[in-house]
Amino acid sequence: MSRVGVFVCHCGENIARTVDVERVARAAEQLPGVAFATDYKYMCSDPGQGLLKRAIAEQRLSHVVVAACSPRMHERTFRKAVEQAGLNPFLCEMANIREHCSWVHEDREEATTKAIEIVGMLVERVKKNRVLPTITVPVTKKALVIGGGIAGIQAALDIADAGHQVVLVEREPSIGGHMAQLSETFPTLDCSQCIMTPKMVDVANHPNITLHTYSEIEQVDGYIGNFQVTIRKKARSVDEQKCTGCGVCLTKCPQNKIPNSFDCNLGTRSAIYVPFPQAVPNIPVIDREHCTRFKTGKCGVCQKVCGPGAVDFEQQDRLLVEPVGAIVVATGFNLYSIDEKPKGSEIKGYGEFGHGRIPDVIDGMTFERLASASGPTGGKILRPSDGKEPRQVVFIQCVGSRAREKGISYCSKVCCMYTAKHTMLFKHKVHDGQAYVFFMDARTPGKSYDEFWRRSIEEEEAVYIRGMVSRLYQKGDKVVVMGSDIAVGVQVEIEADLVVLATAIMPRQGADSLAQKLGISYDKYHFYSEAHAKLKPVECATAGIYLAGACQGPKDIPDTVSQASAAAAKVMTLFAKEQLEREPVVARVSEKNCVGCFSCRKVCPYGAVEEKEIWDRNGKLIKTVAYVNPGVCAGCGTCQATCPSKSVELDGYTDEQIVAMIEAL
Amino acid sequence: MHHAKPKHEFEPKIIAFVCTWCTYAGADLAGTSRMQYPANVRLVKFPCTGRIDPVFILKAFQQGADGVLVSGCHPGDCHYMAGNFHARRRFAAFRKLLEFIGVDLQRLQFSWVSAAEAGKWVEVVTELTERVRAMGPMREFKDLALEEQWSGSLTTPELQEAYEAI
Ligand SMILES: Cc1cc2nc3c(=O)[nH]c(=O)nc-3n(C[C@H](O)[C@H](O)[C@H](O)COP(=O)(O)OP(=O)(O)OC[C@H]3O[C@@H](n4cnc5c(N)ncnc54)[C@H](O)[C@@H]3O)c2cc1C
Repeated sequence: MSRVGVFVCHCGENIARTVDVERVARAAEQLPGVAFATDYKYMCSDPGQGLLKRAIAEQRLSHVVVAACSPRMHERTFRKAVEQAGLNPFLCEMANIREHCSWVHEDREEATTKAIEIVGMLVERVKKNRVLPTITVPVTKKALVIGGGIAGIQAALDIADAGHQVVLVEREPSIGGHMAQLSETFPTLDCSQCIMTPKMVDVANHPNITLHTYSEIEQVDGYIGNFQVTIRKKARSVDEQKCTGCGVCLTKCPQNKIPNSFDCNLGTRSAIYVPFPQAVPNIPVIDREHCTRFKTGKCGVCQKVCGPGAVDFEQQDRLLVEPVGAIVVATGFNLYSIDEKPKGSEIKGYGEFGHGRIPDVIDGMTFERLASASGPTGGKILRPSDGKEPRQVVFIQCVGSRAREKGISYCSKVCCMYTAKHTMLFKHKVHDGQAYVFFMDARTPGKSYDEFWRRSIEEEEAVYIRGMVSRLYQKGDKVVVMGSDIAVGVQVEIEADLVVLATAIMPRQGADSLAQKLGISYDKYHFYSEAHAKLKPVECATAGIYLAGACQGPKDIPDTVSQASAAAAKVMTLFAKEQLEREPVVARVSEKNCVGCFSCRKVCPYGAVEEKEIWDRNGKLIKTVAYVNPGVCAGCGTCQATCPSKSVELDGYTDEQIVAMIEAL
Repeated sequence: MHHAKPKHEFEPKIIAFVCTWCTYAGADLAGTSRMQYPANVRLVKFPCTGRIDPVFILKAFQQGADGVLVSGCHPGDCHYMAGNFHARRRFAAFRKLLEFIGVDLQRLQFSWVSAAEAGKWVEVVTELTERVRAMGPMREFKDLALEEQWSGSLTTPELQEAYEAI
C-alpha cells in the first residue's frame, strides 16, 4: 500500500490568498493512499524542507506530492529533499497550484476546487511512479567551439587556459570574424586589430587548442559529456604542415583581380589568397572557383614558386571525428544585405535605397574597411565610385532593424553606437566634412556609451535628424537623400557624397541547418535560443551546448566577450565532474512484447533505437527486437506513442501514470 | 471590490495535454504575468506532444472531459527536434477517426503555444472553455468507459494465459 504525503504550500500569500490551503490539505487527506497531509507557509524554505523530511521518516511515507509552484521552479529542490530523507527522488511530484491556479484565478471557491483536483491528479500519478535509478555517464573533457570570431576565440582561450583541450572550428580560412574587419572600436576608439590580433595569435600558439580553419561541422551525434562531432576540413589546396606562410604565391598568382570579400569587395585579391595580412593561420587557400588551374587545367604558377612544395592541387576534403564533452556555438552574425531581397525570406529589401546599385551607398562594415588603417584605402575615407574624398556623408540608422513592415522587429543594438563612431572617424579624417545622421532614437545604454554618443554631436558636430529617409537617388555625382525631420516637421533633402546604411544584424545564413545538426532551437529570425532569457542566458535547452556572441542576438564586443567567458565557465563547471547525472527519463523496450517492427526507429529523432538479437539456448535466433540506448535517448516518448504493440515505455511518463491522472478527473 | 462573475449553469471539464518545454512553460508564464482565465482546465504534462497517445484523448472523453486540448511547441521549435511533427501527423489521422465515431470535433483542439506565448495560452483556454460551455456536456462517451480495457496491460490471469499460449 502506498503511504502518500501531501504538502500544501502557502507560498507566503501567493497561493494562500486565493486558495484555501487548509481545505486543500484536508481534502487530500481523504484521498485513497494518502497517509499524511499538511500545509505550510513556505515549503521550499529550510524549515519547510525539514518538515517534509521529518514527515517522511515519522509517517513512513512512500510517495510525496508537494502542492506549490511550478515544477519548473522547485521540482529539483523537493526531489533532493526527498532523496535526503531516503526516498527515491522520482517518487516525488509537484502539483502546480500557483502558476496554474492561484495566480490565474480570482474566485477563491473556484481556485480552491481546482487546487484540490490538481492535487488529486498528482496523488493518483505519484502512486504509479516507480523507483528510477540515477543514470550516470562519463564526461569527455574536451570542448568544441564553433566559430572563430571574438566570441569563439575568447571561449576557446578561457577553456584552454583552464587546462582542457579545445577544438576550434572556423568556416573561413582565418579566424577573427567581424572584429578583425573593424577599424576602431567604441566606446574607447582603440584599434580593433591591435586588441584582436594578439588574441588570434594566442589561439594559434596555445598548446591546448587544435584549430581547424576552412572547416565546417558535418554531423553531431551523442549527448552532453559524450558528443561525437564530424568535422569537414575543406580542401585548402595547400599543405598546412609544409607551408611557411612566406606569401610568394600570392604575389605571383596571375588571377589577382578578384574582389576581396574581407574588404567588402573594395579591394582585390588573388585566387590563392589569405583574407588579410594578419590572418591566423597565415596559410593561403586556393579559391577553386576563380583559379585558372581549376577552371582550365592550365597555370600552376603558385606550385612552381612554392619553395617548400606546399601547393597541392589534388587535395581532397577530409572528414575528422572528434569526441567532445561540450560545445560552444559562436557563429556570429551577417549584415542585412542592401543588395536585394534575400531569397526565400519574409524580409523585404530596400528598393527605395537603390538595392545596392548606387555605388556610393554602402553599409557600415564597408565604412569600417574604408576607415581601417590596414584597409584597401590605407584608412583614407574615399568613396567607391570615383575614389574622391566625400565632404557630406549621410548615415541612416535602423535600416532593416525595428521595421516590422520590412520583416524585422528587433533592435540591432550596436548601430547607434557604431554610427556615432563613424561620424567621429569621418570627422577625424576629413576635418571640414559634415556628417548627418537620420535616426529614430538613440539607444546608448552601456558604460561610457551615452557620453560617447554625445561627444559625436557636441565635439565632432554631427547633425542628428530625427526622422526617416523615404528615398535615395543618384543625381550627377551626388546621392540625394530625401527624408523628414519629424522634430521640426519639415521635409529634408541632402545632396550627399556618400551614404552609409546601418543595416540590421542578422543571424548567419545557414544558422538553422547548423542548429538542426546540433539539435538546438532558434527563434523566428534564426538567432539561437538560450534556455532561459534571464537565468540561463548562455545555456541551450539541449544539455551540454552553450551560446556565445552575436549568434544568440545582436551584441557588441563587451557583451560578446562576457557571454563567451560565461559559456567557458559553464563548460569548466561541466568538466569539473568525472561523471554526469542525467534525468532517468528514457524509453525502455519490453523484449517480450516487441515484434521488431522498428516503427520506433523511424520516429526517433536521436537514432537511439538499436537492434538486439534474442537467441535461445541452442544458439537459434528467436527474434530481433528494438533496444533503446539510454545514453542517446533524450526522453521525448515519441516511440511510445508510435509503438503498435505498446512495447516501449518512457520511464517517468508511463501509460499507467498518465491514465491515473486522467482517471482522477 | 470585484464584481461577481456571471455564474453559468454548466461548467465544462477540460483536460489539456501539453508538452513541458513550450505550452506548460507558456501556462507558467501566464501565471507569472498574473493573467486571468477560466478555471476549467486541468493540465497533464508530457515531455513532448510526440508522447501523446491518441488513446489518452479517448480516455479523457470517457472519464468525463467535455473538451480536450492538445498543445505543444510550434512546428520547428520542438525541443526534441521533430516530436511535434509526429504528433501533428498522428492527430490529423486521429481526428478523422473521432469524427467517424461521432465526436464533435469542436470539443477537441490542437494548438501551438510557445513558452513565451502566455497571452495565446489564455486565449486558447478561454475560447475553448466558452465554446464547450455553449455546447453543453459531452455524454456520448461516458457510458462506454466501463468496458474499456487499457491496452497493453494483461490484468487478468486468463488474459495472461491466453497471451502466453500464442
Ligand atoms: C559595422 C559594425 C561596426 C561595429 N563596431 C563595433 C565597435 O566599435 N565596438 C563594439 O563593441 N562592437 C562593434 N560591432 C559589433 C561586433 O562586430 C560584434 O559584437 C562581434 O563581432 C561579435 O562577435 P562574434 O564572435 O559573436 O561574431 P562574428 O564576428 O560574426 O564571428 C563569427 C565567426 O564564426 C564563423 N562561423 C560562422 N558560421 C560558422 C559555421 N557554421 N562553422 C564554423 N564557423 C562559422 C565566422 O566565419 C566568424 O569567423 C560592430 C558591428 C558592425 C556590423
